[in-house]
Amino acid sequence: MPQPDEAVLETDRTGDLAAVGAGLDALDAPPQQQRTPLWQRFVSTALPPLVAFALLIGVWQALWASAIWPEFQLPAPGDVWAKVTETVASGDAAEILWTSVSRAVLGFLAAVVIATPLGLLVAKVRVVRAAIGSLLTGLQSLPSVAWVPAAILWFGLTPSAIYFVVLMGSVPSIANGLVSGIDQIPPLLPRVGQALGAGKLQAARHVLLPAALPGYLAGLKQGWAFSWRSLMAAEIIATSPQLGLGLGQFLHNGQSLNDISMVIAAIFLILLVGIGIELLLFRPLERAVLRARGLTGAL
Amino acid sequence: MTATLETSAENTATAAVTLSGVRKVFGHGPSSVLALDGVDLRVAPGEFVCLLGASGCGKSTLLNVVAGLDAPTSGDIALTTTRPAVMFQEAALMPWLTAVRNVELPLRLAGHKRSSRRAKANELLDLVRLGDAGGKRPHELSGGMRQRVALARALASTLGSAEDGTPGLLLMDEPFAALDAITRDVLQAELLRVWRETDTAILFVTHDVREAVRLGQRVVLLSSRPGRVVREWSVDGLTGEDEVATIEDVTARLREVISGHAAA
Repeated sequence: MPQPDEAVLETDRTGDLAAVGAGLDALDAPPQQQRTPLWQRFVSTALPPLVAFALLIGVWQALWASAIWPEFQLPAPGDVWAKVTETVASGDAAEILWTSVSRAVLGFLAAVVIATPLGLLVAKVRVVRAAIGSLLTGLQSLPSVAWVPAAILWFGLTPSAIYFVVLMGSVPSIANGLVSGIDQIPPLLPRVGQALGAGKLQAARHVLLPAALPGYLAGLKQGWAFSWRSLMAAEIIATSPQLGLGLGQFLHNGQSLNDISMVIAAIFLILLVGIGIELLLFRPLERAVLRARGLTGAL
Repeated sequence: MTATLETSAENTATAAVTLSGVRKVFGHGPSSVLALDGVDLRVAPGEFVCLLGASGCGKSTLLNVVAGLDAPTSGDIALTTTRPAVMFQEAALMPWLTAVRNVELPLRLAGHKRSSRRAKANELLDLVRLGDAGGKRPHELSGGMRQRVALARALASTLGSAEDGTPGLLLMDEPFAALDAITRDVLQAELLRVWRETDTAILFVTHDVREAVRLGQRVVLLSSRPGRVVREWSVDGLTGEDEVATIEDVTARLREVISGHAAA
Protein backbone atom coordinates (compact mmCIF):
# COMPACT_ATOMS: atom_id res chain seq x y z
CA MET A 1 0.00 0.00 0.00
CA PRO A 2 1.63 3.29 -1.04
CA GLN A 3 2.53 5.86 1.61
CA PRO A 4 1.28 9.42 1.05
CA ASP A 5 4.70 10.70 -0.01
CA GLU A 6 5.08 7.77 -2.33
CA ALA A 7 1.76 8.66 -3.88
CA VAL A 8 3.04 12.17 -4.50
CA LEU A 9 6.17 10.73 -6.04
CA GLU A 10 4.04 8.47 -8.18
CA THR A 11 1.97 11.34 -9.56
CA ASP A 12 5.16 13.31 -10.16
CA ARG A 13 6.54 10.39 -12.07
CA THR A 14 3.35 9.92 -14.07
CA GLY A 15 3.37 13.65 -14.83
CA ASP A 16 6.94 13.32 -16.05
CA LEU A 17 6.08 10.27 -18.07
CA ALA A 18 3.12 12.01 -19.65
CA ALA A 19 5.49 14.79 -20.72
CA VAL A 20 8.05 12.33 -22.07
CA GLY A 21 5.30 10.42 -23.82
CA ALA A 22 3.88 13.56 -25.38
CA GLY A 23 7.41 14.53 -26.49
CA LEU A 24 7.93 11.12 -28.07
CA ASP A 25 4.60 11.37 -29.85
CA ALA A 26 5.55 14.75 -31.26
CA LEU A 27 9.02 13.60 -32.31
CA ASP A 28 8.19 10.15 -33.66
CA ALA A 29 4.97 10.85 -35.51
CA PRO A 30 5.71 10.85 -39.24
CA PRO A 31 5.71 14.38 -40.65
CA GLN A 32 2.52 15.43 -42.38
CA GLN A 33 2.88 15.78 -46.10
CA GLN A 34 2.34 19.23 -47.49
CA ARG A 35 -0.23 19.43 -50.24
CA THR A 36 1.34 20.93 -53.31
CA PRO A 37 -0.56 23.89 -54.78
CA LEU A 38 -2.98 23.22 -57.64
CA TRP A 39 -0.94 24.92 -60.39
CA GLN A 40 2.16 22.95 -59.40
CA ARG A 41 0.27 19.70 -59.59
CA PHE A 42 -1.10 20.76 -62.98
CA VAL A 43 2.41 21.51 -64.22
CA SER A 44 3.79 18.20 -62.97
CA THR A 45 0.93 15.87 -63.96
CA ALA A 46 -1.14 17.37 -66.77
CA LEU A 47 1.52 19.23 -68.73
CA PRO A 48 3.84 16.33 -69.71
CA PRO A 49 1.13 14.24 -71.43
CA LEU A 50 -0.21 17.34 -73.19
CA VAL A 51 3.27 18.17 -74.49
CA ALA A 52 3.77 14.55 -75.58
CA PHE A 53 0.43 14.65 -77.41
CA ALA A 54 1.33 17.89 -79.14
CA LEU A 55 4.69 16.41 -80.23
CA LEU A 56 2.92 13.34 -81.60
CA ILE A 57 0.56 15.52 -83.65
CA GLY A 58 3.57 17.51 -84.85
CA VAL A 59 5.42 14.40 -86.07
CA TRP A 60 2.24 13.14 -87.70
CA GLN A 61 1.74 16.46 -89.49
CA ALA A 62 5.37 16.44 -90.67
CA LEU A 63 5.09 12.87 -91.95
CA TRP A 64 1.90 13.76 -93.81
CA ALA A 65 3.50 16.87 -95.27
CA SER A 66 6.49 14.86 -96.53
CA ALA A 67 3.98 12.76 -98.53
CA ILE A 68 5.83 9.46 -98.15
CA TRP A 69 2.54 7.58 -97.93
CA PRO A 70 -0.53 8.26 -100.06
CA GLU A 71 -3.39 10.24 -98.58
CA PHE A 72 -5.70 7.21 -98.24
CA GLN A 73 -3.17 5.59 -95.90
CA LEU A 74 -2.02 8.53 -93.85
CA PRO A 75 -4.60 11.31 -93.53
CA ALA A 76 -3.79 14.81 -92.31
CA PRO A 77 -4.43 15.43 -88.62
CA GLY A 78 -6.74 18.23 -89.69
CA ASP A 79 -8.87 15.84 -91.79
CA VAL A 80 -9.28 13.45 -88.89
CA TRP A 81 -10.19 16.31 -86.60
CA ALA A 82 -12.72 17.53 -89.18
CA LYS A 83 -14.24 14.02 -89.25
CA VAL A 84 -14.47 13.99 -85.45
CA THR A 85 -16.09 17.42 -85.25
CA GLU A 86 -18.42 16.48 -88.11
CA THR A 87 -19.74 13.37 -86.33
CA VAL A 88 -19.99 15.32 -83.09
CA ALA A 89 -21.87 18.17 -84.79
CA SER A 90 -24.32 15.83 -86.55
CA GLY A 91 -25.13 14.20 -83.22
CA ASP A 92 -23.91 10.82 -84.50
CA ALA A 93 -20.97 10.86 -82.09
CA ALA A 94 -23.20 11.13 -79.03
CA GLU A 95 -25.36 8.26 -80.24
CA ILE A 96 -22.39 6.05 -81.15
CA LEU A 97 -20.63 6.76 -77.88
CA TRP A 98 -23.82 6.17 -75.89
CA THR A 99 -24.44 2.81 -77.56
CA SER A 100 -20.93 1.55 -76.87
CA VAL A 101 -20.34 3.11 -73.46
CA SER A 102 -23.71 1.96 -72.10
CA ARG A 103 -22.97 -1.56 -73.31
CA ALA A 104 -19.50 -1.54 -71.78
CA VAL A 105 -20.75 -0.16 -68.46
CA LEU A 106 -23.65 -2.63 -68.25
CA GLY A 107 -21.35 -5.51 -69.16
CA PHE A 108 -18.76 -4.32 -66.67
CA LEU A 109 -21.30 -4.05 -63.85
CA ALA A 110 -22.60 -7.54 -64.60
CA ALA A 111 -19.00 -8.77 -64.60
CA VAL A 112 -18.44 -7.19 -61.16
CA VAL A 113 -21.53 -8.92 -59.80
CA ILE A 114 -20.37 -12.28 -61.15
CA ALA A 115 -16.64 -11.95 -60.49
CA THR A 116 -16.75 -10.74 -56.88
CA PRO A 117 -18.30 -13.85 -55.30
CA LEU A 118 -16.30 -15.98 -57.75
CA GLY A 119 -13.06 -14.34 -56.63
CA LEU A 120 -13.98 -14.76 -52.96
CA LEU A 121 -14.67 -18.45 -53.53
CA VAL A 122 -11.43 -19.03 -55.40
CA ALA A 123 -9.43 -17.14 -52.78
CA LYS A 124 -10.96 -18.75 -49.69
CA VAL A 125 -12.03 -22.26 -50.72
CA ARG A 126 -9.06 -24.48 -51.42
CA VAL A 127 -10.91 -26.98 -53.62
CA VAL A 128 -12.34 -24.24 -55.81
CA ARG A 129 -8.92 -22.69 -56.22
CA ALA A 130 -7.36 -26.01 -57.16
CA ALA A 131 -10.21 -26.65 -59.61
CA ILE A 132 -10.56 -23.36 -61.48
CA GLY A 133 -7.77 -21.09 -60.23
CA SER A 134 -5.43 -21.70 -63.14
CA LEU A 135 -8.33 -21.77 -65.61
CA LEU A 136 -9.24 -18.26 -64.47
CA THR A 137 -5.66 -17.07 -64.97
CA GLY A 138 -5.55 -18.82 -68.34
CA LEU A 139 -8.78 -17.18 -69.48
CA GLN A 140 -7.17 -13.83 -68.78
CA SER A 141 -4.57 -14.46 -71.46
CA LEU A 142 -7.14 -15.66 -73.99
CA PRO A 143 -7.92 -12.79 -76.37
CA SER A 144 -11.64 -12.15 -76.03
CA VAL A 145 -11.97 -11.85 -79.84
CA ALA A 146 -11.67 -15.63 -79.81
CA TRP A 147 -15.10 -15.79 -78.16
CA VAL A 148 -16.84 -13.77 -80.88
CA PRO A 149 -17.45 -16.61 -83.40
CA ALA A 150 -18.75 -18.89 -80.65
CA ALA A 151 -20.94 -16.12 -79.23
CA ILE A 152 -22.47 -15.44 -82.66
CA LEU A 153 -23.17 -19.14 -83.20
CA TRP A 154 -24.73 -19.46 -79.73
CA PHE A 155 -26.67 -16.21 -79.46
CA GLY A 156 -26.93 -14.99 -83.08
CA LEU A 157 -26.29 -11.37 -83.98
CA THR A 158 -27.90 -10.09 -80.79
CA PRO A 159 -26.79 -7.88 -77.90
CA SER A 160 -26.50 -11.09 -75.84
CA ALA A 161 -23.59 -12.20 -78.01
CA ILE A 162 -21.82 -8.89 -77.39
CA TYR A 163 -22.46 -9.01 -73.64
CA PHE A 164 -21.18 -12.58 -73.52
CA VAL A 165 -17.87 -11.52 -75.07
CA VAL A 166 -17.59 -8.58 -72.69
CA LEU A 167 -18.20 -10.84 -69.67
CA MET A 168 -15.68 -13.43 -70.82
CA GLY A 169 -13.17 -10.61 -71.17
CA SER A 170 -13.64 -8.89 -67.84
CA VAL A 171 -14.79 -11.50 -65.32
CA PRO A 172 -11.39 -13.28 -65.11
CA SER A 173 -9.54 -9.98 -64.59
CA ILE A 174 -11.80 -8.81 -61.78
CA ALA A 175 -11.86 -12.19 -60.07
CA ASN A 176 -8.09 -12.54 -60.34
CA GLY A 177 -7.60 -9.04 -58.96
CA LEU A 178 -9.71 -9.90 -55.93
CA VAL A 179 -7.85 -13.20 -55.45
CA SER A 180 -4.44 -11.54 -55.50
CA GLY A 181 -5.77 -8.76 -53.27
CA ILE A 182 -6.84 -11.34 -50.69
CA ASP A 183 -3.61 -13.33 -51.08
CA GLN A 184 -1.60 -10.23 -50.23
CA ILE A 185 -3.37 -9.45 -46.96
CA PRO A 186 -0.87 -9.65 -44.08
CA PRO A 187 -1.85 -12.86 -42.22
CA LEU A 188 -1.92 -10.97 -38.91
CA LEU A 189 -4.98 -8.91 -39.89
CA PRO A 190 -7.49 -11.79 -40.21
CA ARG A 191 -6.05 -13.15 -36.96
CA VAL A 192 -6.67 -9.82 -35.26
CA GLY A 193 -10.19 -9.82 -36.65
CA GLN A 194 -10.73 -13.26 -35.14
CA ALA A 195 -9.26 -12.14 -31.82
CA LEU A 196 -11.60 -9.16 -31.79
CA GLY A 197 -14.55 -11.48 -32.14
CA ALA A 198 -15.38 -11.41 -35.84
CA GLY A 199 -17.40 -14.33 -37.20
CA LYS A 200 -16.81 -15.66 -40.73
CA LEU A 201 -19.16 -13.23 -42.48
CA GLN A 202 -18.10 -10.31 -40.30
CA ALA A 203 -14.45 -11.08 -41.01
CA ALA A 204 -15.17 -10.95 -44.75
CA ARG A 205 -17.07 -7.67 -44.43
CA HIS A 206 -14.85 -5.85 -41.92
CA VAL A 207 -11.39 -7.28 -42.54
CA LEU A 208 -11.01 -9.31 -45.72
CA LEU A 209 -12.76 -7.08 -48.26
CA PRO A 210 -11.38 -3.74 -47.03
CA ALA A 211 -7.88 -5.23 -46.73
CA ALA A 212 -8.12 -6.61 -50.27
CA LEU A 213 -9.52 -3.36 -51.66
CA PRO A 214 -6.31 -2.11 -53.37
CA GLY A 215 -5.90 -5.39 -55.25
CA TYR A 216 -9.61 -5.52 -55.98
CA LEU A 217 -9.52 -1.98 -57.39
CA ALA A 218 -6.57 -2.90 -59.60
CA GLY A 219 -8.63 -5.85 -60.81
CA LEU A 220 -11.64 -3.61 -61.47
CA LYS A 221 -9.46 -1.22 -63.44
CA GLN A 222 -8.08 -4.02 -65.56
CA GLY A 223 -11.57 -5.53 -65.82
CA TRP A 224 -12.87 -2.27 -67.23
CA ALA A 225 -10.05 -2.12 -69.77
CA PHE A 226 -10.78 -5.70 -70.80
CA SER A 227 -14.52 -5.17 -71.07
CA TRP A 228 -13.93 -2.07 -73.22
CA ARG A 229 -11.57 -3.79 -75.62
CA SER A 230 -13.70 -6.96 -75.70
CA LEU A 231 -16.66 -4.80 -76.60
CA MET A 232 -14.73 -3.19 -79.44
CA ALA A 233 -13.65 -6.60 -80.74
CA ALA A 234 -17.23 -7.85 -80.61
CA GLU A 235 -18.64 -4.74 -82.27
CA ILE A 236 -16.12 -4.79 -85.10
CA ILE A 237 -16.83 -8.39 -85.98
CA ALA A 238 -20.52 -8.68 -85.12
CA THR A 239 -21.98 -5.91 -87.21
CA SER A 240 -25.65 -5.93 -88.04
CA PRO A 241 -28.31 -3.22 -88.38
CA GLN A 242 -30.32 -4.59 -85.45
CA LEU A 243 -27.30 -4.18 -83.17
CA GLY A 244 -27.30 -0.40 -83.54
CA LEU A 245 -24.28 1.73 -84.38
CA GLY A 246 -21.51 1.49 -81.80
CA LEU A 247 -17.91 2.62 -81.97
CA GLY A 248 -16.80 -0.75 -83.29
CA GLN A 249 -19.30 -0.66 -86.14
CA PHE A 250 -18.30 2.92 -86.85
CA LEU A 251 -14.71 1.73 -87.18
CA HIS A 252 -15.81 -1.17 -89.34
CA ASN A 253 -17.81 1.17 -91.60
CA GLY A 254 -14.72 3.33 -91.98
CA GLN A 255 -12.83 0.34 -93.28
CA SER A 256 -15.68 -0.61 -95.67
CA LEU A 257 -15.83 2.93 -97.01
CA ASN A 258 -12.04 3.08 -97.43
CA ASP A 259 -12.18 6.23 -95.32
CA ILE A 260 -8.94 6.34 -93.33
CA SER A 261 -9.94 9.60 -91.60
CA MET A 262 -13.03 7.89 -90.27
CA VAL A 263 -10.96 4.89 -89.09
CA ILE A 264 -8.48 7.07 -87.26
CA ALA A 265 -11.31 9.20 -85.83
CA ALA A 266 -12.95 6.02 -84.50
CA ILE A 267 -9.68 4.87 -82.93
CA PHE A 268 -9.32 8.33 -81.42
CA LEU A 269 -12.80 8.12 -79.89
CA ILE A 270 -12.17 4.60 -78.54
CA LEU A 271 -8.96 5.79 -76.89
CA LEU A 272 -10.72 8.88 -75.58
CA VAL A 273 -13.35 6.83 -73.77
CA GLY A 274 -10.76 4.43 -72.35
CA ILE A 275 -8.51 7.20 -71.06
CA GLY A 276 -11.47 9.30 -69.90
CA ILE A 277 -12.92 6.55 -67.69
CA GLU A 278 -9.47 5.77 -66.32
CA LEU A 279 -8.74 9.40 -65.48
CA LEU A 280 -12.18 10.41 -64.23
CA LEU A 281 -13.15 7.27 -62.34
CA PHE A 282 -10.41 4.78 -61.53
CA ARG A 283 -7.43 7.06 -61.00
CA PRO A 284 -9.10 9.25 -58.34
CA LEU A 285 -10.66 6.20 -56.66
CA GLU A 286 -7.36 4.35 -56.49
CA ARG A 287 -5.56 7.46 -55.34
CA ALA A 288 -8.05 8.04 -52.51
CA VAL A 289 -7.84 4.42 -51.35
CA LEU A 290 -4.04 4.27 -51.43
CA ARG A 291 -3.58 7.70 -49.88
CA ALA A 292 -5.85 6.78 -46.95
CA ARG A 293 -3.53 3.86 -46.23
CA GLY A 294 -0.36 5.90 -46.51
CA LEU A 295 0.68 4.19 -49.76
CA THR A 296 1.59 7.38 -51.59
CA GLY A 297 4.79 6.13 -53.18
CA ALA A 298 3.14 5.02 -56.40
CA LEU A 299 1.26 8.28 -56.96
CA MET B 1 -4.73 1.08 -7.27
CA THR B 2 -5.03 -0.15 -3.73
CA ALA B 3 -8.62 -1.14 -4.46
CA THR B 4 -7.49 -3.35 -7.31
CA LEU B 5 -4.95 -5.12 -5.18
CA GLU B 6 -7.47 -5.74 -2.42
CA THR B 7 -10.06 -7.20 -4.77
CA SER B 8 -7.47 -9.48 -6.30
CA ALA B 9 -6.53 -10.62 -2.83
CA GLU B 10 -10.18 -11.23 -1.94
CA ASN B 11 -10.88 -13.12 -5.11
CA THR B 12 -8.20 -15.74 -4.68
CA ALA B 13 -10.91 -18.38 -4.67
CA THR B 14 -12.03 -17.40 -8.15
CA ALA B 15 -9.76 -16.98 -11.16
CA ALA B 16 -9.92 -14.95 -14.34
CA VAL B 17 -8.52 -17.91 -16.20
CA THR B 18 -7.44 -21.36 -15.09
CA LEU B 19 -5.36 -23.64 -17.27
CA SER B 20 -5.10 -27.24 -16.21
CA GLY B 21 -2.90 -29.74 -17.98
CA VAL B 22 -2.91 -27.85 -21.26
CA ARG B 23 -1.06 -29.75 -23.99
CA LYS B 24 -0.57 -28.62 -27.54
CA VAL B 25 0.92 -30.74 -30.31
CA PHE B 26 1.50 -29.36 -33.79
CA GLY B 27 1.41 -31.81 -36.67
CA HIS B 28 0.97 -35.56 -36.62
CA GLY B 29 3.16 -38.63 -36.49
CA PRO B 30 6.93 -38.55 -36.14
CA SER B 31 7.28 -34.95 -37.35
CA SER B 32 4.89 -33.60 -34.74
CA VAL B 33 6.13 -30.99 -32.30
CA LEU B 34 5.09 -30.89 -28.67
CA ALA B 35 4.76 -27.20 -27.92
CA LEU B 36 3.07 -27.25 -24.53
CA ASP B 37 3.23 -30.14 -22.09
CA GLY B 38 0.81 -30.04 -19.20
CA VAL B 39 0.78 -26.36 -18.36
CA ASP B 40 -1.10 -25.43 -15.18
CA LEU B 41 -1.63 -21.75 -14.59
CA ARG B 42 -4.08 -19.58 -12.70
CA VAL B 43 -4.57 -15.86 -13.19
CA ALA B 44 -6.70 -14.11 -10.58
CA PRO B 45 -9.11 -11.37 -11.65
CA GLY B 46 -7.21 -8.12 -11.97
CA GLU B 47 -3.86 -9.86 -11.59
CA PHE B 48 -0.83 -9.02 -13.73
CA VAL B 49 1.10 -12.18 -14.62
CA CYS B 50 4.21 -12.22 -16.79
CA LEU B 51 5.06 -15.36 -18.74
CA LEU B 52 8.78 -15.54 -19.25
CA GLY B 53 10.76 -17.88 -21.43
CA ALA B 54 13.36 -18.23 -24.14
CA SER B 55 12.28 -18.49 -27.75
CA GLY B 56 10.52 -21.69 -28.64
CA CYS B 57 9.01 -22.13 -25.19
CA GLY B 58 5.50 -21.95 -26.55
CA LYS B 59 4.65 -18.62 -24.92
CA SER B 60 2.80 -17.41 -27.95
CA THR B 61 1.14 -20.80 -28.40
CA LEU B 62 -0.11 -20.62 -24.83
CA LEU B 63 -1.51 -17.15 -25.43
CA ASN B 64 -3.22 -18.23 -28.64
CA VAL B 65 -4.78 -21.16 -26.84
CA VAL B 66 -6.12 -18.92 -24.06
CA ALA B 67 -7.38 -16.45 -26.65
CA GLY B 68 -9.27 -19.23 -28.40
CA LEU B 69 -7.31 -18.70 -31.63
CA ASP B 70 -5.94 -22.24 -31.33
CA ALA B 71 -7.53 -25.27 -29.67
CA PRO B 72 -5.43 -27.20 -27.12
CA THR B 73 -4.70 -30.83 -27.96
CA SER B 74 -5.78 -31.76 -24.45
CA GLY B 75 -6.35 -30.04 -21.14
CA ASP B 76 -8.81 -27.47 -19.91
CA ILE B 77 -9.10 -23.72 -20.07
CA ALA B 78 -11.70 -22.12 -17.81
CA LEU B 79 -12.43 -18.45 -18.36
CA THR B 80 -14.58 -16.43 -15.98
CA THR B 81 -13.95 -13.19 -17.84
CA THR B 82 -15.37 -11.61 -20.94
CA ARG B 83 -13.76 -12.45 -24.29
CA PRO B 84 -10.01 -12.19 -23.78
CA ALA B 85 -8.38 -9.45 -25.82
CA VAL B 86 -5.09 -10.01 -27.59
CA MET B 87 -2.31 -7.58 -28.34
CA PHE B 88 0.51 -8.64 -30.65
CA GLN B 89 4.07 -7.51 -31.15
CA GLU B 90 2.87 -5.48 -34.09
CA ALA B 91 0.02 -3.06 -33.57
CA ALA B 92 -1.77 -4.64 -36.56
CA LEU B 93 -4.19 -1.75 -36.85
CA MET B 94 -6.49 -1.86 -39.84
CA PRO B 95 -4.69 0.57 -42.19
CA TRP B 96 -7.93 1.76 -43.80
CA LEU B 97 -9.52 2.86 -40.52
CA THR B 98 -8.74 5.92 -38.42
CA ALA B 99 -7.49 5.39 -34.87
CA VAL B 100 -10.92 5.87 -33.32
CA ARG B 101 -12.58 3.56 -35.82
CA ASN B 102 -9.95 0.93 -35.11
CA VAL B 103 -10.88 1.11 -31.43
CA GLU B 104 -14.54 0.97 -32.39
CA LEU B 105 -14.09 -2.16 -34.49
CA PRO B 106 -14.54 -4.76 -31.71
CA LEU B 107 -17.59 -2.86 -30.42
CA ARG B 108 -18.98 -2.78 -33.93
CA LEU B 109 -18.42 -6.52 -34.27
CA ALA B 110 -20.23 -7.00 -30.97
CA GLY B 111 -23.20 -5.08 -32.39
CA HIS B 112 -23.03 -1.87 -30.33
CA LYS B 113 -24.89 1.24 -31.45
CA ARG B 114 -22.87 3.83 -33.36
CA SER B 115 -23.15 6.63 -30.79
CA SER B 116 -22.34 4.49 -27.76
CA ARG B 117 -19.37 2.85 -29.40
CA ARG B 118 -17.96 6.19 -30.56
CA ALA B 119 -18.22 7.52 -27.00
CA LYS B 120 -16.61 4.37 -25.57
CA ALA B 121 -13.82 4.46 -28.15
CA ASN B 122 -13.04 8.10 -27.41
CA GLU B 123 -12.99 7.32 -23.70
CA LEU B 124 -10.47 4.53 -24.26
CA LEU B 125 -8.33 6.72 -26.51
CA ASP B 126 -8.31 9.31 -23.74
CA LEU B 127 -7.19 6.58 -21.36
CA VAL B 128 -4.09 5.90 -23.48
CA ARG B 129 -3.59 9.66 -23.91
CA LEU B 130 -4.48 9.70 -27.60
CA GLY B 131 -7.71 11.66 -27.32
CA ASP B 132 -6.52 14.13 -29.96
CA ALA B 133 -5.28 11.55 -32.43
CA GLY B 134 -8.59 9.77 -32.99
CA GLY B 135 -8.99 11.08 -36.54
CA LYS B 136 -5.52 10.02 -37.65
CA ARG B 137 -4.75 6.99 -39.79
CA PRO B 138 -2.26 4.38 -38.55
CA HIS B 139 0.42 5.51 -41.00
CA GLU B 140 0.28 9.00 -39.50
CA LEU B 141 1.13 7.68 -36.02
CA SER B 142 4.46 6.67 -34.49
CA GLY B 143 5.15 3.08 -33.45
CA GLY B 144 4.44 3.83 -29.80
CA MET B 145 1.19 5.62 -30.61
CA ARG B 146 0.07 2.72 -32.80
CA GLN B 147 0.75 0.29 -30.00
CA ARG B 148 -1.33 2.47 -27.64
CA VAL B 149 -4.20 2.49 -30.14
CA ALA B 150 -3.85 -1.30 -30.25
CA LEU B 151 -4.05 -1.31 -26.44
CA ALA B 152 -7.20 0.79 -26.52
CA ARG B 153 -8.66 -1.54 -29.16
CA ALA B 154 -7.79 -4.60 -27.07
CA LEU B 155 -9.43 -3.00 -24.04
CA ALA B 156 -12.50 -2.22 -26.12
CA SER B 157 -12.78 -5.84 -27.13
CA THR B 158 -12.50 -7.17 -23.59
CA LEU B 159 -14.39 -4.40 -21.78
CA GLY B 160 -16.95 -3.77 -24.49
CA SER B 161 -19.21 -6.48 -23.22
CA ALA B 162 -18.42 -5.80 -19.56
CA GLU B 163 -21.48 -3.69 -18.76
CA ASP B 164 -22.47 -6.42 -16.32
CA GLY B 165 -19.21 -5.96 -14.43
CA THR B 166 -17.47 -9.11 -15.66
CA PRO B 167 -13.75 -8.48 -15.39
CA GLY B 168 -11.66 -8.37 -18.55
CA LEU B 169 -8.61 -10.34 -19.53
CA LEU B 170 -5.84 -8.89 -21.66
CA LEU B 171 -3.36 -11.19 -23.38
CA MET B 172 -0.20 -9.48 -24.57
CA ASP B 173 2.37 -11.15 -26.82
CA GLU B 174 5.64 -9.21 -26.46
CA PRO B 175 3.79 -6.01 -27.30
CA PHE B 176 6.77 -3.72 -26.73
CA ALA B 177 9.52 -5.85 -28.23
CA ALA B 178 9.65 -3.91 -31.48
CA LEU B 179 9.90 -0.48 -29.85
CA ASP B 180 12.94 1.59 -28.95
CA ALA B 181 14.09 1.67 -25.31
CA ILE B 182 12.61 5.04 -24.32
CA THR B 183 9.26 4.37 -25.93
CA ARG B 184 9.18 0.95 -24.30
CA ASP B 185 9.89 2.50 -20.91
CA VAL B 186 7.07 5.01 -21.33
CA LEU B 187 4.65 2.39 -22.58
CA GLN B 188 5.42 0.04 -19.68
CA ALA B 189 4.46 2.82 -17.27
CA GLU B 190 1.36 3.60 -19.33
CA LEU B 191 0.36 -0.03 -19.27
CA LEU B 192 0.69 -0.17 -15.47
CA ARG B 193 -1.43 2.97 -15.18
CA VAL B 194 -4.09 1.62 -17.53
CA TRP B 195 -4.08 -1.72 -15.71
CA ARG B 196 -4.70 0.00 -12.39
CA GLU B 197 -7.49 2.12 -13.83
CA THR B 198 -9.33 -0.68 -15.62
CA ASP B 199 -9.23 -3.64 -13.22
CA THR B 200 -8.29 -5.97 -16.07
CA ALA B 201 -6.31 -9.15 -15.57
CA ILE B 202 -3.22 -9.24 -17.78
CA LEU B 203 -1.23 -12.20 -19.04
CA PHE B 204 1.92 -10.69 -20.50
CA VAL B 205 4.38 -12.71 -22.54
CA THR B 206 7.97 -11.50 -22.75
CA HIS B 207 11.54 -12.74 -23.00
CA ASP B 208 12.87 -9.72 -21.10
CA VAL B 209 13.44 -10.52 -17.42
CA ARG B 210 13.69 -6.88 -16.40
CA GLU B 211 10.38 -6.09 -18.10
CA ALA B 212 8.69 -9.09 -16.50
CA VAL B 213 9.83 -8.17 -12.99
CA ARG B 214 9.00 -4.51 -13.42
CA LEU B 215 5.49 -5.06 -14.74
CA GLY B 216 4.18 -8.24 -13.19
CA GLN B 217 2.85 -9.15 -9.80
CA ARG B 218 3.91 -12.69 -10.55
CA VAL B 219 6.51 -14.00 -13.00
CA VAL B 220 6.08 -17.50 -14.41
CA LEU B 221 9.06 -19.12 -16.09
CA LEU B 222 8.36 -21.58 -18.91
CA SER B 223 10.83 -24.17 -20.15
CA SER B 224 11.46 -24.58 -23.87
CA ARG B 225 10.41 -27.42 -26.17
CA PRO B 226 8.11 -28.51 -24.68
CA GLY B 227 6.79 -25.61 -22.64
CA ARG B 228 6.24 -26.40 -18.99
CA VAL B 229 5.97 -24.16 -15.95
CA VAL B 230 9.40 -24.26 -14.29
CA ARG B 231 9.06 -21.80 -11.46
CA GLU B 232 7.11 -18.83 -10.24
CA TRP B 233 8.20 -15.69 -8.42
CA SER B 234 6.01 -13.23 -6.63
CA VAL B 235 7.43 -9.87 -7.66
CA ASP B 236 4.67 -7.54 -6.54
CA GLY B 237 5.90 -4.22 -5.17
CA LEU B 238 9.59 -5.11 -5.30
CA THR B 239 11.90 -2.11 -5.27
CA GLY B 240 15.59 -1.36 -5.08
CA GLU B 241 17.86 -4.20 -4.03
CA ASP B 242 15.06 -6.76 -3.78
CA GLU B 243 14.14 -6.09 -7.38
CA VAL B 244 17.75 -6.39 -8.53
CA ALA B 245 18.21 -9.64 -6.62
CA THR B 246 15.03 -11.11 -8.11
CA ILE B 247 16.05 -10.10 -11.61
CA GLU B 248 19.39 -11.87 -11.08
CA ASP B 249 17.69 -14.94 -9.69
CA VAL B 250 15.20 -15.16 -12.55
CA THR B 251 17.92 -14.55 -15.12
CA ALA B 252 20.05 -17.31 -13.62
CA ARG B 253 17.16 -19.78 -13.83
CA LEU B 254 16.40 -18.69 -17.39
CA ARG B 255 20.04 -19.27 -18.35
CA GLU B 256 19.90 -22.73 -16.79
CA VAL B 257 16.79 -23.55 -18.81
CA ILE B 258 18.43 -22.37 -22.01
CA SER B 259 21.79 -24.05 -21.47
CA GLY B 260 19.95 -27.28 -20.67
CA HIS B 261 19.17 -27.40 -24.39
CA ALA B 262 22.81 -27.24 -25.48
CA ALA B 263 23.49 -30.70 -24.05
CA ALA B 264 20.36 -32.27 -25.49
